[in-house]
Amino acid sequence: MKTVRIIPRLDIKGPNLVKGIHLEGLRVLGKPSDFAKYYYENGADELMFMDVVASLYERNSLHSIISETAKSIFIPITVGGGLRSISDIKEVLRAGADKVCLNTAAINNPKLIKDATRMFGSSTIVVAIEAIKENNGSYLAYTDNGREHTGLDVFEWAQRLDEMGVGELVVTSVDKEGTGEGFDLDLVAKIGSLVSVPVIAHGGAGRKEHIPEIIKQGKADAVALGSLLHYHFIKNNVSVHAAEEGNIEFLSQKRNFHTFEPCSLSEIKSYLVGNQIECRI
Amino acid sequence: MQNIKDVMKNIVIVDYHLGNLFSVKQACDTIGINARVSSSKVDIEDADALILPGVGAFIEAMQNLEQLGLIDPLKKSVQQGKPLFGVCLGLQLLFTRSEEFGSGLGLDLISGTIKKFPPTSAQGSKVKVPQIAWNTIYRDTQNWQNSPLFDVPENEFMYFVHSYFVEPKDSSCVLTKTNYEGLEYCSSVLQDNIFATQFHPEKSAEKGLAIYKNWASNNNLI
Repeated sequence: MKTVRIIPRLDIKGPNLVKGIHLEGLRVLGKPSDFAKYYYENGADELMFMDVVASLYERNSLHSIISETAKSIFIPITVGGGLRSISDIKEVLRAGADKVCLNTAAINNPKLIKDATRMFGSSTIVVAIEAIKENNGSYLAYTDNGREHTGLDVFEWAQRLDEMGVGELVVTSVDKEGTGEGFDLDLVAKIGSLVSVPVIAHGGAGRKEHIPEIIKQGKADAVALGSLLHYHFIKNNVSVHAAEEGNIEFLSQKRNFHTFEPCSLSEIKSYLVGNQIECRI
Repeated sequence: MQNIKDVMKNIVIVDYHLGNLFSVKQACDTIGINARVSSSKVDIEDADALILPGVGAFIEAMQNLEQLGLIDPLKKSVQQGKPLFGVCLGLQLLFTRSEEFGSGLGLDLISGTIKKFPPTSAQGSKVKVPQIAWNTIYRDTQNWQNSPLFDVPENEFMYFVHSYFVEPKDSSCVLTKTNYEGLEYCSSVLQDNIFATQFHPEKSAEKGLAIYKNWASNNNLI
């Protein structure tokens, strides 16, 4: 049997859960631990925390979110954002992460990947690929939430990572991220066909129908979801408290989710089962 | 208040410097197992029961155990009848040898070998390795009644992360099986005082925590 994982992705800025569009324009959605607990209780297969600002100062805040979460949540926790050295990885694992997700550091310093997979085991090292489609149809890898151009071809990079022994890849379509328009099926399917490790698809899910598509046509092994789940949580939890900083206008204004049809983890999972896709219920 | 007997029970989570022990310790704390993390030979010899976790490479794990002088204390503890709970790599280390990079020798407390998932299934489709997924566990020849799985439903989902699987020589130790992409393999064993799982109960939500609790209560550790 083969089952797919549904992974809520929590983008963190300082003490808050935030969400952007194309990984930018971050809006505060609430307290990360409230969302994490809710997702755990509602059948999340794993949680992914990404520190989207990742300044040294705010690292402490990420560590405390992780250690608080790991005390009461017994599913795998992946943590990424700004991890640049073996000691950064160690600290996050010590705070309670099971896996770490690298991007910028992987591109700037491939040796870190080799050292980290040897020290912590392949399956502990996840690499995020932020892909942007160029006008000529090629896909290039970016870092720093799609801001920094690297010139690397996404498909060549994915194959190299596979050869270097990473445990899995998170493939984000920056073009689709936060838009709710649906996944980039071609991008994910092509990477999946080139590598031997699991591929987590991220970026674009706007309604539950998008998920069977990325699993069947995109051949994704797992799906990371942000807005789709977060907006559902917000709609159904009147008392969402965010720490009093950052852009909270979105929360205080009338909540309009535009292209999204927010839904819960259990709705998504029953929909998958109805489409002959195995997952943990 | 815990009574004195509970406090006296001394469970050691064996730390051989591979993988993350935090989650195992956290699971123990949550269900009231008095466990501490240690790499010390003396602590292992003095322990009432052992948990052998681990994520990573088989050969490196055996090298670390050897450098720490833990191979004999571990073997002796099991031979003396001390309960041992192996998790993931901790299951694989109990076996005779691994195919990983030639032939690495294990603790040989259970006869059998460790094999790698093939890159393609019997039907010719691509198999993603490692398996990183929630997958189901089901009965083989052994009954679950007296095992830590006694109240776990058949076909319950557990969380797996592994590229290698165990192939016991004698199938009587097999407690559960799991099917990954058409390949059926042993996903947990129970042999006398040894209980070990390929999946991670500490990462398998409430059903997984129950397995820790059952193991501890079956062995009078809580």
